Amino acid sequence: MTDISMTSQQRQSQTGKIVLRWLLYIALGLFALFYLLPLFVMITTSLKSLDEIRTGDLIALPRDVTFDAWRTAWSGACTGIQCEGVRPYFWNSILIAIPAVAISTLLGAMNGYVVAQWKFRGANIIFSLMLFGCFIPFQVVLLPMARTLGIMGIAGTIPGLIFVHVIYGLGFTTLFFRNYYVSIPAELTKAAKVDGAGFFRIFWSIFLPLSLPIVVVTVIWQFTQIWNDFLFGVSFSQAGTQPVTVALNNIVNSTTGVKEYNVDMAAAIIAALPTLFVYVVAGKYFIRGLTAGSVKG
Amino acid sequence: MSPILDINNLYKSYGTTEILKDINVSIEPGDFLVLVGPSGCGKSTLLNCIAGLEPITGGSINIGGKDMTHVSPKDRDIAMVFQSYALYPTMTVAKNITFGMKVRGVDQATQDKKLAQVAAQLQIEPLLNRRPGQLSGGQRQRVAMGRALVRDPKLFLFDEPLSNLDAKLRVEMRTEIKALHQNLGASMVYVTHDQIEAMTLATKIVVMKGGVIQQIGSPAEIYNRPANLFVADFMGSPAMNLIPAKAHRAEEGTRIEITRKSGEPIVLTDTRNRDLPEDVILGVRPEDIADPDLRGADTTQAAECLIDIVEPAGADTFAVMQLGGKHVTARLHAETTAKPGQPKRLSFDLGKVSYFAPETGLRLN
Repeated sequence: MTDISMTSQQRQSQTGKIVLRWLLYIALGLFALFYLLPLFVMITTSLKSLDEIRTGDLIALPRDVTFDAWRTAWSGACTGIQCEGVRPYFWNSILIAIPAVAISTLLGAMNGYVVAQWKFRGANIIFSLMLFGCFIPFQVVLLPMARTLGIMGIAGTIPGLIFVHVIYGLGFTTLFFRNYYVSIPAELTKAAKVDGAGFFRIFWSIFLPLSLPIVVVTVIWQFTQIWNDFLFGVSFSQAGTQPVTVALNNIVNSTTGVKEYNVDMAAAIIAALPTLFVYVVAGKYFIRGLTAGSVKG
Repeated sequence: MSPILDINNLYKSYGTTEILKDINVSIEPGDFLVLVGPSGCGKSTLLNCIAGLEPITGGSINIGGKDMTHVSPKDRDIAMVFQSYALYPTMTVAKNITFGMKVRGVDQATQDKKLAQVAAQLQIEPLLNRRPGQLSGGQRQRVAMGRALVRDPKLFLFDEPLSNLDAKLRVEMRTEIKALHQNLGASMVYVTHDQIEAMTLATKIVVMKGGVIQQIGSPAEIYNRPANLFVADFMGSPAMNLIPAKAHRAEEGTRIEITRKSGEPIVLTDTRNRDLPEDVILGVRPEDIADPDLRGADTTQAAECLIDIVEPAGADTFAVMQLGGKHVTARLHAETTAKPGQPKRLSFDLGKVSYFAPETGLRLN
């Protein structure tokens, strides 16, 4: 019926729409290719031998696929005088990131719950100050923090780095949880109070079970921040406690003679894998959590 | 019997803003007290003060004969139903109802027994394993009531529990709450902005405005003898007609003169009320202006009025006219002969009439 009644004008606009749609897809495809190019170069280079890199084309596929560079990057590359690869530092990063993420998320949830649901005198001021903390450039706090760590006796240790990351993560985690909890009706807390529940009981039995989406958001955010951190890692660590980002820098910058691009690329990919993994596993919750509206009780 | 709830000289302010001023309310066991008023009048704040969810600035609150002014909500022996129901979203209906008992360490057997009892009473057995998100508004309301009932408290508090329901369900639930009150004989405090809810449910009404109690009384007292212009205007639907008039002393009583846009003023004679000042505001309920043939009391008097608008409402027909510079509504019979733009003889019943002073707004008779 529509075919018969369609005028030539309508048909024209129909073809116009299809052409536009295809132009759009082509443009988007080109952008995506351009964006993926560095990753492509990294992966192909890491699979090539040094000879091939020297003689071949940068964006060509590897002629002989070899995992030697990956093996070297993981357990043989030299960072200065030691040649153990990124493996020990990778474990350092895990030992730092997991407790730091867990503690800062839990404390952020507690802070957010207090600021959003237990309005006390000055709650807004405290929250504003914490927000302010989100925007302080970290370079500013390096010296005072170094002094603090020294006084506490945890300078250069992994607990010291966990402490630093927890402190500087709290601003953001509190912000996330506060904004999530502020949309939960205050009547829920009131009902629980009349039911006889106290501060921790309400948090544990009512608020935490509601928080999965925002916990996922916070964990992804914190994990990415802490894993990718270089400044605190290089400032507050010593030989043996450096995170993977610092080790990567040392591998890339401290080689003498021939630059082993394939090893550098493999090490960089290894260092980036955990954050990629977290995004792939929890990414859909990330979007959902960011857009989650009020909780309908 | 000692009062179940006794509030004395309660004040509440946020900073320098006074929210509640000198509140004195007392109710007997089994009373159904309704706090009613427009939004922002402090009625919900007062309820939160009774619950202990808001600290008070001055005065005292006694519940069940004990001073509860500074006692925390959980120890006041109260249960509360909220406007948004405030069900715990991640818990099943059964867990919602038993949460309070669980927190208080009641043993499992007692919990199960009471849960079954309440579920049967409110007919929510099929819902016990669902979560609040899977329930309709009316079902959530029942669960919220279940959570209160299971506690068996000295005092039930309701904070606008029906205002999120649609009109039909609201009337049904209203009847159920009334039945519940009659069956339990429990003491209840109920907040609403809906004056019909207040009239139908209450044994005692507190009308509030701007943090001050305007009048306390039974529904009939509030309806028939409003203490001031605010109460007269707020309670009743359609609202009471408040008509500026002149009062003159005469042989047979007081002559009440109401001006009209065109023609002679209407003159009514009130044989009961004497000693009125010259300027008064006459308060007449719409049902006291009716078709002449239907009223035969000796307090009625007829007058010819020009009808402006006729609004049929099924059971009644409302006729609107201009008297004393105000719109005046009459509640006429459904088959009335009133037509817009035509004069009609109406009878005014002065038996339950109210007089107010124009300057102070206070009741004169």
